[in-house]
Amino acid sequence: MTSQEIFDSLTEKFGSDIILALNAEACDPWIEVAPASIVDVSAFLKSEESLKFDMLCDLSGVDYLEPDAKRAKKFPYEPHLEVVYHLFSVSIKHKITIKVKLPRWKNDEEGSLPDVPSVAQVWKIADWHEREAFDLVGINFTGHPNLLRILCPDDWEGHGLRKDYEFPLEYHGVRG
Amino acid sequence: MATQLEDQRVIEFDVRTDEMLINMGPQHPSTHGVLRLLLRTDGEIVYEVTPHLGYLHRCAEKIGENLTGPQWLPYTDRMDYLAAMNMNLGMSLTYEKLIGMEVPEKAMNVRLIIAELGRIASHLVGMGAYGLDLGSFSPFLYAFREREIILDLFEEACGARLTYSYLTIGGATHDLPGMIEIPPGLAALTGNDPKMKMQWTDAVLMFLDWLEKRIREYHILLTRNSIFIKRTAALGVMSGEMAIDYGCTGPVLRGSGVDFDLRRDGDPIYTRMYEGYDFDVISAPFEGVAGIPKDVILGDNWCRFFVRMLEVIEAIKLVRQGIEKYPTTEGDFRVPYKMNSKLPADEVYLETECPRGQMGFYIVGDGQAEPMRARAKSSCFCNLSVTAPLCEGVLLGDIPSIVGSLDIVMGEIDR
Repeated sequence: MTSQEIFDSLTEKFGSDIILALNAEACDPWIEVAPASIVDVSAFLKSEESLKFDMLCDLSGVDYLEPDAKRAKKFPYEPHLEVVYHLFSVSIKHKITIKVKLPRWKNDEEGSLPDVPSVAQVWKIADWHEREAFDLVGINFTGHPNLLRILCPDDWEGHGLRKDYEFPLEYHGVRG
Repeated sequence: MATQLEDQRVIEFDVRTDEMLINMGPQHPSTHGVLRLLLRTDGEIVYEVTPHLGYLHRCAEKIGENLTGPQWLPYTDRMDYLAAMNMNLGMSLTYEKLIGMEVPEKAMNVRLIIAELGRIASHLVGMGAYGLDLGSFSPFLYAFREREIILDLFEEACGARLTYSYLTIGGATHDLPGMIEIPPGLAALTGNDPKMKMQWTDAVLMFLDWLEKRIREYHILLTRNSIFIKRTAALGVMSGEMAIDYGCTGPVLRGSGVDFDLRRDGDPIYTRMYEGYDFDVISAPFEGVAGIPKDVILGDNWCRFFVRMLEVIEAIKLVRQGIEKYPTTEGDFRVPYKMNSKLPADEVYLETECPRGQMGFYIVGDGQAEPMRARAKSSCFCNLSVTAPLCEGVLLGDIPSIVGSLDIVMGEIDR
């Protein structure tokens, strides 16, 4: 199915309040979904006979921010976070990208991570991918069974792939 | 006074075992690098496995955000260091798709020959190390003897033996070499004069002829060895649905009976390379292959191992066809790509079929030369996530067998 057909069948099921936008011109066409409904949309994408997106290829967080003031003038995006789900159907062999847009900080309070519902119940592999996105990008996946850091140590501070992340000067007395 | 109970069995029933937490790794030889498994055991039975990763985390993605494509390329070598050529290829194709670059026929041909040779080298290590996990030492030595010649051939092509950075954005850094001195290992094994000069492509063909005859030996040593079968068959059984749900790819997915290979079913920019080549996608239950042991169950350790063994034969076929076509291919071996070319404000996610599974690269551009997000989705990361359910309720001694059959490389998992 093309991205337009997938978008149409999603809009028919959930309405345009939940399925927000389609970008069919992008290199990989993507559909934007409202964060609160991502679990319902994912379950539908996986179970619907004509879609059958049974494989979650990748789940990653992207931080849209340009910390450099000079470059920020040319930066084409508003500062925000995105969670990107790359889906593929092994049986039908089609693919789609689903995006969820989040604020960089919850309620604009620096240090409080934005929430998005976890899809670990839909695809098992999302468990680890979400742990990695939490660890490195700083996204709080609500309803996740075991949301701990996976690559960095448990007592690490900050989230490395945030654009405004400051490298620690030392860790447990070891200078960097 | 009686010194013992009348019925001995009463004591037997009263015996209790203690639950133990056992730490396996991160320096355990059969965890293939620095993987730490926390096992909760009751006697010899393992109830729960918790993998702990990150010992080799080198912030490759953060580095990628601060470097341009050609500068980040050497870092992809260090992800899956046993199949560095395939990592280079995956990353280059992702950048090419993002900027809309098409590589000439000759570059594609060079890439195919190199990538498939890399697959053979990687599967040889996979096979040898798996034998080592199960206590059989000799296949490991044979595998490294064979791999040595491939490394010699790669060294002639690009000068490096482990981290190549050879397949770059736009093609390859050099064309395939012409006349070379025969690799010392190949001369010794085939009984040729070590000072003999020959074409690089002829040396590859000579090696493949020699390797093909040796594969029978590996089957005798491992595949059809009854001890090996007892340690692998009907163990770690995974259904196709479970494999897909856990995002398993590559030989792990095909060992579970899912007929899926990106070289055939992938993105056009990748499958274009394999157009006009004759090869089979190997997947369990191996229809038409004689002599499958009767204990084997679809999706067990033995199937995953056997998929790799048969894939070596397919890779040999592909390299032969590639070399046959090489003299007649048109175009140059690369299209120039400037180090500081600006990336468009678009994004691409592309997966390629690496020896260990589908390695994905996700590049988001924002008009600068450096990408805004450079993500490497590791295939071993997904394959490893299935360890916990597979190892539930098995014997302690079977853990290396199950983890080894997934054929993981920690450099790629931790990035």
